[in-house]
Amino acid sequence: MFANLTSGLDFHSNALVLRAERQRVLASNIANADTPGYVARDINFKEALTQMTQTSSSELTQAGAGLSLRGNTTHAGHLPLAAAGKTSNGGSGTMAYAVQSQPSADGNSVDLDRERASFVDNSVRYESTLRFINGQSKTILSAIQGQ
Amino acid sequence: MSMFSIFNVSGSAVSAQSQRLNVVASNLANADAVAGPDGQAYKSRQVVFQTVPMGNDAAAGVKINGITESNEPFKRIHNPNHPSADADGYVNYSNVNPVEEMVNMISASRSYQNNVEVMNTAKSLLLKTLQMGQ
Repeated sequence: MFANLTSGLDFHSNALVLRAERQRVLASNIANADTPGYVARDINFKEALTQMTQTSSSELTQAGAGLSLRGNTTHAGHLPLAAAGKTSNGGSGTMAYAVQSQPSADGNSVDLDRERASFVDNSVRYESTLRFINGQSKTILSAIQGQ
Repeated sequence: MSMFSIFNVSGSAVSAQSQRLNVVASNLANADAVAGPDGQAYKSRQVVFQTVPMGNDAAAGVKINGITESNEPFKRIHNPNHPSADADGYVNYSNVNPVEEMVNMISASRSYQNNVEVMNTAKSLLLKTLQMGQ
C-alpha cells in the first residue's frame, strides 16, 4: 500500500538526481570554456530517465551513487558515442560529445551561449521537479492526517 | 551529493581565471618596461589551461598547466640618449602587446563571472533542495 503512495515520488526523485547530474556536466562545460582541446558533453535526459525508471530500486541506489549514462544525444550537433568500455562504476556508458558549431583553432568545442542556455533551462526544470515532489509529499501528508 | 562538486568544478575555473587575470595584470604593468642590465626585456606571459577530472568522469575542472613566455622579438626603439641603449643606440622594450592583453583581460573577467553565476545557481538550487517537504 505504501508503494502506491510513494511510487510517484520515486519517479520525481529519479528525475531530480538526473537533473543534478546534468547540471554538473553543464558546469564542467562552462568551467572549461577556455581550455584548449576540451570537448563539451551533455546528457540525453529522456533516454537516461527511461533507463533509470526501468531499473529496479536496488540498482537505482547504486546508480544514484555514480550514475552510468549511455551515449546519447540531446542536440542535432551532438555525436553519439558507442559504449567505450565499462566505466569505473560498472556502467556501460559514455555521454554525448558536442560537434563544434563554430570550430576554434584550439580544438575547444564549448559553445558558451548554448551551455548557458542549457544551464538555466536545467535549473528551472530542477526547481519544477522539486515543486512536484513538495506538492506530492503535501498531498500524501494530508491524506495521512485526514484533516 | 553530486551537486556539491559543481563548487569544486566552478571553483577551479574561477581560480584558474583569476590566475590568468594576474598574468594579464603583470603583462600590462610591464608593457613599457625596458631591458635590464642583462639586455633582456620583460617577455609577455600566457597561461595554459588544462582539464582535470574531479571525482568521477562526469565532472571536469580546470587547472593551470604552466605559464609560457612569448618568443616574439622585443620592440626596438632608436634612442641613443637612453641610459639602457645598446651599442647601436637602440633600446629593447618588452614584447607585450597591450591590445592583446586587454582582450585577454575582458575574456578572463567574463569567464570568471560566468563561473560565479554557475556557483550561485547551484547554491540556490541546493538551498531549495534543503527545504524539500517543508
